[in-house]
Amino acid sequence: MRKSTVFLSFTGINAALFAIMLAHAAMSQDAARALEERRAEMVRELMLTDLCIFTEARYTRNPSMADFHAPFQDHPGALEHFPSGSLVSPPSPGAYPPVPARLHERPR
Amino acid sequence: MNAPVNRHRNILDFALSSLIRRKAKNLSLLFVYTLIVFVIASLIFFVHALKREAALLLEGAPGIVVQKMMAGRHDLIPVEYAREVEKMRGVRKVTPRYWGYYYDRAFGANYTLMVPEAGRPRPGSVFIGSGVAENQRVKAGDFITFGAHDGLPLLLTVERIFPAESELVAADLVLMDMPDFQSMFGMPEGRATDLAVTVANPRELATVARKVAGRFPDSRPIMKSEILRTYDAIFDWRGGMMVVVLGVALISFIIFAWDKATGLSADERREIGILKSVGWETSDVLLLKFWEGAVISMTAFLAGVLLAYGHVFFFSAALFAHALKGWSVLYPEFRLVPAADGYQLSVLFFLSVLPYTVATIVPAWLAATVDPDAAMRS
Amino acid sequence: MIELTDVTKTFNAGLESRFTAVDGVSLAIEPGKVTVLKGPSGSGKTTLLSLIGCMSRPTSGRITLRGMRTGFLPDGDPPAGFDISSLPERFLTEIRRTGFGFIFQQFGLVKGITALENVMLPAYPAGEDMSGIRNRAIGLMGLFDLNRHADAKVDWLSGGELQRVAIARALINDPSTIIADEPTAHLDSKLSREFMEVAGRLNQDGKTVIIASHDPIVFDSPLVDTVVEMRDGRVTATEKRA
Repeated sequence: MRKSTVFLSFTGINAALFAIMLAHAAMSQDAARALEERRAEMVRELMLTDLCIFTEARYTRNPSMADFHAPFQDHPGALEHFPSGSLVSPPSPGAYPPVPARLHERPR
Repeated sequence: MNAPVNRHRNILDFALSSLIRRKAKNLSLLFVYTLIVFVIASLIFFVHALKREAALLLEGAPGIVVQKMMAGRHDLIPVEYAREVEKMRGVRKVTPRYWGYYYDRAFGANYTLMVPEAGRPRPGSVFIGSGVAENQRVKAGDFITFGAHDGLPLLLTVERIFPAESELVAADLVLMDMPDFQSMFGMPEGRATDLAVTVANPRELATVARKVAGRFPDSRPIMKSEILRTYDAIFDWRGGMMVVVLGVALISFIIFAWDKATGLSADERREIGILKSVGWETSDVLLLKFWEGAVISMTAFLAGVLLAYGHVFFFSAALFAHALKGWSVLYPEFRLVPAADGYQLSVLFFLSVLPYTVATIVPAWLAATVDPDAAMRS
Repeated sequence: MIELTDVTKTFNAGLESRFTAVDGVSLAIEPGKVTVLKGPSGSGKTTLLSLIGCMSRPTSGRITLRGMRTGFLPDGDPPAGFDISSLPERFLTEIRRTGFGFIFQQFGLVKGITALENVMLPAYPAGEDMSGIRNRAIGLMGLFDLNRHADAKVDWLSGGELQRVAIARALINDPSTIIADEPTAHLDSKLSREFMEVAGRLNQDGKTVIIASHDPIVFDSPLVDTVVEMRDGRVTATEKRA
């Protein structure tokens, strides 16, 4: 068989698989709706705030509850948890709403 | 069959012939190229699917979580704060959350112990996540023992195990009743871990948060938008390991293109001379070079992406598990719902296919425009 | 009919290493005849061949083609022929591909691919179906007794076999003119005479044959109709036989 036939067929199959892949993703999402509803229900009931991905430290298990100094709460020289520490970042400083002005006045 | 199609196919045949002639070099190039695309595409699929799940699931997270700070550390929050916050305008309900971490020395894993608001287990029983069950190797009806805060062991019956499909949110959970929780942690009366605030109008979140912070200066309100933003930034391309992976990929693509772009070997130049002398036009030669580049890059891209999809969604991103696990003993199996991010895949396509194909054509340009007369003299 | 009028080809014009390979040559190649360019190396034979065969353009002078069937003049050319000196490359390439078949001194075959693929190569870009090209190539190789080498890589063939592959390749597009540059340089006497026989056969089929050579087996052959002697880029003598 001609080389170009082999190559074009091979590429054609790959391209078809690619299209099937995209369709598969779309279909899977439809099929998984019930499952995702169940999980979301659990999150609502238990009032959870984070996915359970990295369980080795406080600030990696609940990154949204941690802040920038959380990794150092144990000890300033504590070992950084790798690789989760470099993959998850705590909420940005916007989590702290600006402090109201009157607090700058100290009662004497 | 019309002429243009034939022309392309004939030239493609010769391009394949040329590639096969340097079989070892081109095969190893193809292998490495595919590998790089595979890694990047796996990351794209994995991160996109994870972020999608996070966005869907954490929609149900509390509107505001109020923490108390003491000496720069997270401290337990007085439950009276809840009563005051509930009175604020815009707040519908405030629920104290009782949860904490328990490190099980025997099994080397961290669990999250929690008292749910509704549907609590009976005293002495626990509902556990599938990750805990696997870690402790227990099934429903078995006993597990925890070390309480006073040093004494606490014996608990496993009443229910959450299904594996809930792993992503509940893998490390241990739900128990309040008396057992107090035995475990000995939290002082009137204290909770933090407060979950339900706000009537989601647009008022920031306002309410500011009010809480104003009323309780030692508190730290965390809004749902921040919770969600954490997961937007997870696996951020600018962070730590991702920079390394992306950097390696970029450098690899540059190397591939550079190898091509730094010009043709004497052999290749001679061949182009021959082609021109037997009647190939410059455009024919460039088409040949285009096909040579496209064959490799297209194959690498399609194969890499397809393999990546299979890896992430049919094999639970097994290759990443090792890299991501770190110190975690308890680790979910990533059974993610398949999702494809068209934008990022397109970027990957342009990054991987275009530069290489162009780099194959450009150096040939000069050689291709040379007078065929040179071939007569070679 | 190919007519050259006061054609000059200078290389590296304007530089110190300026070199005039062909100097004011006027020549008429008659169709259907065997013409030999005779002269020592450095006499400009190769350059002249490449000019005649539309592989390069003259620095000055005119080259006119008459009676060559080309794709862009399907109704035949104007009576005075057309001047190729200023044609754009695309047309020049088309003339070259359909009108001329080249046999180079070093054969100029692509290493690492089969003899058959080498023969088919010139026809690839024209848009013909591959099976048609292949059949024609096999037929040509059969003419020169090369069929058993069809799928052999050219790296393994002997000098004579390479010579015949080169000839077959020159014929794949059925050109009206065959141009050969020192074809017998790497051949022994027996193979050289065989080559001249092949040239004669092609001539009998109606093809114009132009050979550049300083080999007596070539220019003394009875098949030759015209001998053009060259020296230092100029034509010194023209001998018409028969």
